[in-house]
Amino acid sequence: MTDQTPVLRLEGVVKTFPGVRALDGVSFDLRPGEVHALMGENGAGKSTLMKVLGGIYDPNEGQIYIAEEPVTIASPMQAKARGVVFIHQELSLADELSVAENIWLGELPHKSFGRVDWKKLYDETDAILKTLNVGFDARTRVGDLSIANQQMVEIARALTVDPRAVIFDEPTASLTDAEKVVLFEVIADLQSKGVGIIYISHRMEEIFKITDRISVLRDGGYRGTLNTAETNEEEVTQLMIGRKLDLSRNESHHELGDVALEVRNLSCGKLFEDVSFSVRRGEVVGFYGLVGAGRTEIAETIFGLRDPSAGQILLNGEEVRIHSPMEAIARGISLVPEDRKGQGLVLGMNCRDNMTLPQVDDLTAGPFVSDGAEVAIFDQYRDKLDIRTPGWRQIAGNLSGGNQQKIVIGKWLSMHPEVLIVDEPTRGIDVGSKSEIHNLIRDLAAQGYAVIVISSEMPEVLHVSDRIVAMFSGKVMRTFTSEEVTEDSLIQAISGLEGDKVA
Amino acid sequence: MAELTKKGIGGFLARQGILVAFVIFMVGFALANQRFLAMDNIFGVIRSSAILGVMALGVTFVVIGGNLDLSVGSMMSFSTIVVLDLHDKIGPTLAIPAMFGLTLLLGAFIGFLVGYLKLNSLIVTLGMLSAIHGLTLTWSGGKNMDIADKQGTWFSIFGQGDIVGIPMPIIIFGLLALVLGLILSKTPFGRKIYAVGGNGQAATFSGIPRARVVFFTYLVSAFCVATAGLLQASRSLGSQNTVGQGYELEVLAMVILGGASLLGGSGTILKTLIGVLIFGFIENGLLLVGLEFYVQDIVVWAVIILAVWLDIAAKRGRLWSPIA
Repeated sequence: MTDQTPVLRLEGVVKTFPGVRALDGVSFDLRPGEVHALMGENGAGKSTLMKVLGGIYDPNEGQIYIAEEPVTIASPMQAKARGVVFIHQELSLADELSVAENIWLGELPHKSFGRVDWKKLYDETDAILKTLNVGFDARTRVGDLSIANQQMVEIARALTVDPRAVIFDEPTASLTDAEKVVLFEVIADLQSKGVGIIYISHRMEEIFKITDRISVLRDGGYRGTLNTAETNEEEVTQLMIGRKLDLSRNESHHELGDVALEVRNLSCGKLFEDVSFSVRRGEVVGFYGLVGAGRTEIAETIFGLRDPSAGQILLNGEEVRIHSPMEAIARGISLVPEDRKGQGLVLGMNCRDNMTLPQVDDLTAGPFVSDGAEVAIFDQYRDKLDIRTPGWRQIAGNLSGGNQQKIVIGKWLSMHPEVLIVDEPTRGIDVGSKSEIHNLIRDLAAQGYAVIVISSEMPEVLHVSDRIVAMFSGKVMRTFTSEEVTEDSLIQAISGLEGDKVA
Repeated sequence: MAELTKKGIGGFLARQGILVAFVIFMVGFALANQRFLAMDNIFGVIRSSAILGVMALGVTFVVIGGNLDLSVGSMMSFSTIVVLDLHDKIGPTLAIPAMFGLTLLLGAFIGFLVGYLKLNSLIVTLGMLSAIHGLTLTWSGGKNMDIADKQGTWFSIFGQGDIVGIPMPIIIFGLLALVLGLILSKTPFGRKIYAVGGNGQAATFSGIPRARVVFFTYLVSAFCVATAGLLQASRSLGSQNTVGQGYELEVLAMVILGGASLLGGSGTILKTLIGVLIFGFIENGLLLVGLEFYVQDIVVWAVIILAVWLDIAAKRGRLWSPIA
């Protein structure tokens, strides 16, 4: 294909976890001086692949070559020593230390008696910072820098070695447009020095702007590499989604009742702006978008965890102001939160107590909690949701993810809410339980609940929703009915492209 | 039967270590001194544990709620001094409720800082430990407080009286343990304390007012401290300003010994009672075998370390782990 020696090449890399083939024979090569995009849906295996490259995971099969030399990478330090460096999406900097200390952390230059050679440290750091054209120096405290500049520190850290390959993981997730320009200049500069760049991003526009080739992963497998100049968004999208996934749309519509929840021009600072939508009884409205698009924040605002900066929330046609989850619950709004273990359950508490927690005040006989009433509720929802547990005394932390999620769902169903919001209902749950929970969500709508489902998984949104709200960076891009939605149009909407490109 | 592997023994010790240690202590003391297991000695241990035990009941609430209370020792000194001083000024009938009111006010202040302002409970109560001590000295002018007419007051019944031969401190301790045990294990409020201590965020997401729950745990603790102060004052009818000094750690040790986790969300009143008794018997045993009282301080420290270690070991499932 080319006469250049690839700086990095993978051949048939396989990584399995119990029950999952996270990487299934991935092969690709990175040439010097190219920007190579790595794309794929959530869970396609991108981060697993990066962890293999970074020496965090040990591949079960396959071989990694650096400059055509077979290597084993056992730790991030080894990867760096071989010239493979990572710029992580989540910054891993110590706020209280200076720029120079952060960059050289763990390998500060020494003088005699273990004293740090500050002059050398600052000189070398300033030399690197100069090549990046940044407006701060080595002595600046990292906590005082903007996110974009902190990212520059991460990049500077990568440049302390002579890098062969630099891997950027969603680098623009928290950058403004102006800051992106600076980042792209840095990337172009690295490129001109013959460094190979792997660029992981969901944002199509960036991919087409700066990359030379695009490799696509799906379900842990390598699905091909395209030359950016010769392809288009549609082809990439198709490759990413494939046809294997169950993308069947929800076709059964239930009888719709009145509007249960309406949101008008709701804003919360910069988290989301001018959001309007409504949900009827018997309807499932799906919210689809990338992580950080503002979906969870909308749910939290409706649930009283955040105060909106503008706009109205109407319940059954009546405007309400909700300042705490307690008030939200009293008004019949329930939220199955995104973080099941952190927000949904008290893991050390038994199943029954978890389930009855929001209504424990009402389940009393005299001054005491009524055991009988609690067990009755638990039994009812255990049977209804088919929760598999040896008994109500079982500690919630001992259940599987799917059963834990059902406890949380049961907790809210037993409150008989008007509006049920479900945030990432099947995250970290195995395939079988996933479809059970999907059916459950459809059933709930059939029973007349107004349901909002927030999900980052396209098959899930397509599967359960009557309507789909596509969001991009805090704004509603478009609302689809399940009849008109296509995968392409949905992907384009959540990537911030105008919906009118497709029918 | 499964083999008792090294790990198996470690796991067993991690789970039941305190009981094992307790049995070894008891057997050792009983062999060393015949009097240890005599009825009157056992009764004496319970009686002398009552004041600390009452305080431990309250601290159990705070600890299950996920916080610490290191102010109980100096708060107890405060209660004792205040009730003794007011006894002669406004009479016992008014002095007792006044003292309870003032102590609850202190508890409410701590509860406000930790619950509503969400300040770290270690810092807040450590600070209150010295602040309340200062308050006590200000109140008393630094002098010891004594009731003028020690023979002529009915005030002594709480600390010295008895009902059908059972000393009043034991009766009050038992009643309070029963009531607080029921509140903790049977009422919605009790359930909420476990939820807030176990996972505060999940509690918030379930509509539980976290700040209010924490606030009330400190009120319960202050109520228990006031009761302990009453018992102390009534028993001695006179007191130094430092009568409760150091009690905070002994009380915390009792609660942790019983098996409440310092991380919050676990523990029961029954477990705390067991912790109180273990502690009482160890102290008593050390005295009977002839160790000086100040040696107890070293033992208390060792017992606290042991209890905390076992608490963490129980979480890991083994006694030692290279990571975390």
